[in-house]
Amino acid sequence: MKKKHIIRGLAATIIVAAMPLSLSACAKGGSTSSNNDNSGGPKTISMWTHNAGNKDELASIQAIVKDYNASQTGYKVDVQAFPQDSYNQSVVSAAAAKKLPCLLDIDGPNVPNWAWAGYLAPIEGMDDTFSKFLPTVLGKWNDKTYSYGFYDVALTMVTRKSILEKYGIRIPTIDKPWTKDELTAALDKIKASGDFQYPLDIATSFTGEWWPYAYSPFLQSFGGDLINRNDYKSADGVLNGPQAVEWAKWFHGLVTNKYVPLKSGTDPAADFMNGKTAILYNGSWTAVATRAKFKDVLFLPSVDLGQGPKIGGGSWQWGMSTNCANPEGAADYLKFAAQDKYVASVSKATTNIPATDAAAKMVPGFGPGQENEVFLNYAKKFAVLRPPTPGYTFIATEFTKTAQDILNGADPQQSLDQAVKDIDANQKSNNYFQ
Amino acid sequence: MSTTQTDPTPIAATAVAPPHGSKPIGRSPAAVAWLMLVPAGVLLITFLIIPIILTFILAFTNARLISPRPATFVGVDNFIRLFQDETFWASLRNTVVFAVVIVPVQSAIALGLAVLVNKKMRGINFFRTVYFLPVVTSIVVVSMLWLFMYQPNGLINAVLARFGIQGPDWLGNPNTALFAIIVLSIWQACGMHMIIWLSGLQTIPGELYEAAEIDGATKWQQFQHVTWPGLRPTAVFILITITIAAFSLFAQVNLMTQGGPLDATTTLVFMAVRVGFQQQQTGYASAISLVFFALVLIVTLIYRYLTRDKDAR
Repeated sequence: MKKKHIIRGLAATIIVAAMPLSLSACAKGGSTSSNNDNSGGPKTISMWTHNAGNKDELASIQAIVKDYNASQTGYKVDVQAFPQDSYNQSVVSAAAAKKLPCLLDIDGPNVPNWAWAGYLAPIEGMDDTFSKFLPTVLGKWNDKTYSYGFYDVALTMVTRKSILEKYGIRIPTIDKPWTKDELTAALDKIKASGDFQYPLDIATSFTGEWWPYAYSPFLQSFGGDLINRNDYKSADGVLNGPQAVEWAKWFHGLVTNKYVPLKSGTDPAADFMNGKTAILYNGSWTAVATRAKFKDVLFLPSVDLGQGPKIGGGSWQWGMSTNCANPEGAADYLKFAAQDKYVASVSKATTNIPATDAAAKMVPGFGPGQENEVFLNYAKKFAVLRPPTPGYTFIATEFTKTAQDILNGADPQQSLDQAVKDIDANQKSNNYFQ
Repeated sequence: MSTTQTDPTPIAATAVAPPHGSKPIGRSPAAVAWLMLVPAGVLLITFLIIPIILTFILAFTNARLISPRPATFVGVDNFIRLFQDETFWASLRNTVVFAVVIVPVQSAIALGLAVLVNKKMRGINFFRTVYFLPVVTSIVVVSMLWLFMYQPNGLINAVLARFGIQGPDWLGNPNTALFAIIVLSIWQACGMHMIIWLSGLQTIPGELYEAAEIDGATKWQQFQHVTWPGLRPTAVFILITITIAAFSLFAQVNLMTQGGPLDATTTLVFMAVRVGFQQQQTGYASAISLVFFALVLIVTLIYRYLTRDKDAR
């Protein structure tokens, strides 16, 4: 009895003690908005970015903000940078607390998810500007544009001219890329020579978004896809159809035939430059380092596995939140930042593909006939957006796990069926994100 | 985890509480005791009790991490789905295998080390420190280091190659991945338990050994009849802490294998985190956590039964 009494007393005390705490927390949450400076002077527009760990990109964004703040007196943009690893979590928790900043950057494939969740507000009145941007840098959902990016990246097969010539392999072009059989024959020749540990490296050691970004284009080149793009309701037939099974067998075959390592080294680009691998499947971001190492480096189009080469599209993009006290200011900044000179400066800082043709002319290397023009052409010709559905974040994790299992020898049909089942269940349990 | 530490506070309170007298409430020792309980109580309730209650509720809803729609009650759907999920059974199996191997092996190695470093000799603190070093190193750092050592052409296989053994791709092979993680986990954590064993060893009075020696007991007999019985309370504590730590295996898996290859290293906690955060299914993840909670509860109750103090009855 005594003990029971004490426990009851304890509970009561704690509840009473906790109440003022939680009440004050509520009151605080209610009164603070994301913009606290409304008394005269310029209104503050808060901005979050993921690139705290990326000096060059951050500096280029800060330069735009500085120009913007100097160009007018109504608003003052205030940049806050986060490390990339914790950025998404910060945004999600800020959204839960209704404390999102006015402006924020978003990884392209996440845009529909955040738009659906009500984090992002559509960008109005910039359609003319957007018509000049690469379609893959625009974050669209339900016919509205929620974000735009300054740049895109392209996937490419990196190798050396001397390697291809030595083994008598045809140098593919954007109009006549390698076919599946040609690639196989090339890999066989290189493997037979024994000059390399592996003929090809597809960077399986990368984690996270790399898997769907880099390997779902192979699936699409076979004729499969991550989800049926007519209505985004089901993956049945596209992710587990005959083409998808063909893809899975081919993908696993890369490992069983010893064309690629099951698990790449921590830095596949370094392995390529050290002569361990002959061909490297990677993003255009490897261009700077590989060019510095080899004079005869080639950036080839990805392989045509049936439906033409495909590469992933969409990188980090900018949008505005629904939680902004000064939406006109945020929209004004987005218009200001979309100028070609800023597209050019950010692309240059990140050595990525400029999102507009006019900007491409201002960035060294991307002009007509210059060394980086191939990447722009690949992005224009081959890029496929990851499915713009709020369910993408789930699809991405399912695809990653399934692709990993397939590489490790899981039964293709069975694992793809399981992935389809899970994806369909998720789409359905969210009422198809209507 | 809570089960091991729920009791002390109320008991402490009873000890202070008794004198109910004529003093005004605000001054009575009981009131002071309650007041002192408040900080710990508030923290425990906010960060332990409320989340547990929330887990119980969320497990029966379709709550999501990001969604414009409120969660709705879905009954036992999450559990039906869970019990049909092969990854769940793989996670459960790996968690149990991990615990079943870790608990005896790690406590035995730690005891062996403790006996070794319990000698009185010069420089013994050096060895104690060496064995304890992995414990004070962050598990993240340890996992990254072993990740390099376990590479197909890493340190471990290079050493094996010297003896003419072709080592496997430790973390890439479904047959060796869990074993590899077990070895690293034991190496990392056994220093901690060595220290606990050591503290237990040092509570055993030296006279007992002298008496045993006079009676002609061998070293092994001394261990059997003096050391081991004297370590009983320590053993119970170590058993429970290792088991709970083993069940909550997460960091190594998340850093080294992400549950692969072919679900060979996925665990219940890893699965709950993956489902709850990466896949944003809060309700489903809560169901996994609830199953995990039940598992730990059952194991703890079994331990309490097995290690109950028989003399006290």
